[in-house]
Amino acid sequence: MQTHQYDVVIVGAGGAGMRAALESSKRTRTAVISKLYPTRSHTGAAQGGMCAALANVEEDNWEWHTFDTVKGGDYLVDQDAAEIMAKEAIDAVLDLEKMGLPFNRTPEGKIDQRRFGGHTRNHGEAAVRRACYAADRTGHMILQTLYQQCVKHDVEFFNEFYVLDVLLSDDLTAGQVPDGAEVRVSGVVAYELATGEIHLFRAKSVVLATGGAGKIYKTTSNAHTLTGDGMALAYRRGLPLEDLEFFQFHPTGLAGLGILLSEAARGEGAILRNGDGERFMERYAPTIKDLAPRDIVSRAMANEVRDGRGAGPDKDYLLLDLTHLEPAHIDAKLPDITEFARTYLGIEPYTEPIPVYPTAHFAMGGIPTTVTAQVLRNAADTVAGLYAAGECACVSVHGSNRLGTNSLLDINVFGKRAGIGAAEYAVGADWVELPAEPEVGVIAQLEGMRARPTGESVADVRRELQQTMDTNAQVFRTAASLQRALVDVRLLQERYRTVSVKDKGRMFNTDLLEALELGFLLDVAEVVVVGALNRQESRGGHYREDFPARDDVRYMQHTMAYRRRAPAAPGTFDVVLGYKPVVVTRYEPMERKY
Amino acid sequence: MATTLEHTADPTPGAPGSVPTFDVTLKIRRFDPEKSGDQAYWEEFTVNARGTDRLLDALHKVKWELDGSVTFRRSCAHGVCGSDAMRINGRNRLACKVLLKDLNPDKTITVEPIKGLTVLKDLVVDMEPFFASFREIMPFLITTGNEPTRERLQSAAQRDRFDETTKCILCASCTTACPVFWTDGQYFGPAAIVSAHRFIFDSRDEGAAQRLEILNDKEGVWRCRTTFNCTDACPRGIEVTRAIAEVKRAMITRAF
Repeated sequence: MQTHQYDVVIVGAGGAGMRAALESSKRTRTAVISKLYPTRSHTGAAQGGMCAALANVEEDNWEWHTFDTVKGGDYLVDQDAAEIMAKEAIDAVLDLEKMGLPFNRTPEGKIDQRRFGGHTRNHGEAAVRRACYAADRTGHMILQTLYQQCVKHDVEFFNEFYVLDVLLSDDLTAGQVPDGAEVRVSGVVAYELATGEIHLFRAKSVVLATGGAGKIYKTTSNAHTLTGDGMALAYRRGLPLEDLEFFQFHPTGLAGLGILLSEAARGEGAILRNGDGERFMERYAPTIKDLAPRDIVSRAMANEVRDGRGAGPDKDYLLLDLTHLEPAHIDAKLPDITEFARTYLGIEPYTEPIPVYPTAHFAMGGIPTTVTAQVLRNAADTVAGLYAAGECACVSVHGSNRLGTNSLLDINVFGKRAGIGAAEYAVGADWVELPAEPEVGVIAQLEGMRARPTGESVADVRRELQQTMDTNAQVFRTAASLQRALVDVRLLQERYRTVSVKDKGRMFNTDLLEALELGFLLDVAEVVVVGALNRQESRGGHYREDFPARDDVRYMQHTMAYRRRAPAAPGTFDVVLGYKPVVVTRYEPMERKY
Repeated sequence: MATTLEHTADPTPGAPGSVPTFDVTLKIRRFDPEKSGDQAYWEEFTVNARGTDRLLDALHKVKWELDGSVTFRRSCAHGVCGSDAMRINGRNRLACKVLLKDLNPDKTITVEPIKGLTVLKDLVVDMEPFFASFREIMPFLITTGNEPTRERLQSAAQRDRFDETTKCILCASCTTACPVFWTDGQYFGPAAIVSAHRFIFDSRDEGAAQRLEILNDKEGVWRCRTTFNCTDACPRGIEVTRAIAEVKRAMITRAF
């Protein structure tokens, strides 16, 4: 085992991790640990844009952006956090431009802006041009630009290292640490993919920026590597996960494949049609139609298919129609996504509508943090030195449904805040003593899988998990479907205990890594389903057919899910639910209509 | 062990209807220093595939159903992260952007690691030399003077000038398709020059002269023999050879 010592360790090198690294590394000794080369991170797959009320092309202001974010999240958004994000959005975009990001430009040479779902003028009057963009590869440009800046500033990376444990001063899973008592982070344990060696990173501050968990579902826009690692690591150490039942299904995934086609297509004028050729969104959102927020559009699409108005031989998808747009306009604004349609479905978007269906896209919930990105261990107390940002975190700026473009904003605004906070804390803090033999748990887990000659197959368990989540915990949910999902997930967790890998080697053992990732997926899926079962209402991305109305009396609060040792059965754990109040500042909850 | 998954057998909404399946044989270049020393060898696997499957899907089937030790990198699976560049039937491609039906699945498909970088295991190569070349050409915006309060202005035409080379995902397909790079690993290679191009022709950047000096080196742009392998290999459709030619011209004319 090798031991390293840094003031700040950042886990993950996507947008949030690298934005944090740029701040932290100029203040103090910082290392970034990433399971992928930084430029492989899934920030690079984001397409449409990053909203900020620059008002470069029409009147706009951050207060309208705040309101849209709160309403888009169906009032589960913490309004103080949304206001910070909308205000700091403007500098976040300008910072990226100054770093070199090649935004598309207006005729005057300023950053161009376009329409996006749920972003409106004057509290819902009409769609507003707020999304700053670089063709339909805005995320790619953000990821590349942040990596370029990391090269410029000599940020230290440990690439293809997998963090497998977060070390805390206290065991929170026993539920014995009183409220108000100080709990501190002391480092992380990581596995080096190239050699199979274990590395101990001692740190005063740790920033978790590990991204999403879309691979709990079968049909997803997410990368194979988005397996909820950071969320599961925090959860296993007894930290809560907030609002994980809210998962966003993006309306326009390529049918059957789940590959994302940006909402920017509709921002540029594309129209969703059903099998009869009808522009069905006019019935569901009369004012902003195809540019309604994603939860509403995805539900409308699933509903059209259920009512027999789908397109195609099996009437099981909808159509995204760009055929009325000029090919030159499509090439200038949407080159990549039209290429996806050609490559993967053999469709020519100039002349044929594209088959689409909702695809699992984004976790609104995650590791709860304050607005300064500090991780909470209950509704009030933070863990000293521990920070989180990006999709793995929940501030909560997205509430029960994230607006398009607000994730690229989230990673920049709260990634920056996490980097500053972590570095400033570390500069003033003492070293925390490491737990005795901090690596033994991880080694036992790895060696157990490697040594087991035969056992459950990772691929089988994962496939069955993804299948039950798609069938039972997707756009439409009921108590019965969620119960089935929960039974399945728990049986799969049981089978996972005897999982074995075929590759017994030390070097580049991706078989072993997939097994570890599956363990994270199972834990995250369980929390999603338990939270969804408990929330007997419909709000944002969580739609219960048996409880179709929003219920502010019982559920206008954040779910906090804790992993706690089961007193009755030693060695096993329960998901214990608690709540955290929603921060309301300016906007009283209203019915959500578009 | 019993499962309760029978009720999940419904077809997924949005999945394509009855897609015909076929068998496809992959011949994979294997190398595992822990098992076979310094000997690489070929191994064939036959898996069942569907018409919409990518080569990456077939590789996953091999790994998940036949041999978990078959090792390759991948992440996004739709051609934007750049993890899975490999030699497929002798040409550099991203495994997630190649459809099996476009490869003539009646014939065995050969899959090898990209060339010119040290193979670590099966299809995984050491990417460090590749990224080292990238870092050397100063791949970041260089400016002098005070930062403006708002954004720097740039016309749409100025922005268009370098649009093509902003598409690069650093997958190394171009560099490892280049015969000059195969014989001389010191050569910067097409990808690093593409990244330099992206900044040299950005109207906001003031570091072009420094970058051109770096690329005027004996391992720089003059090593390019215009074989167009790089352009053919680029999964992002970048005209790499033309970008290199533009950098050469800028070196002579100092116009950028």
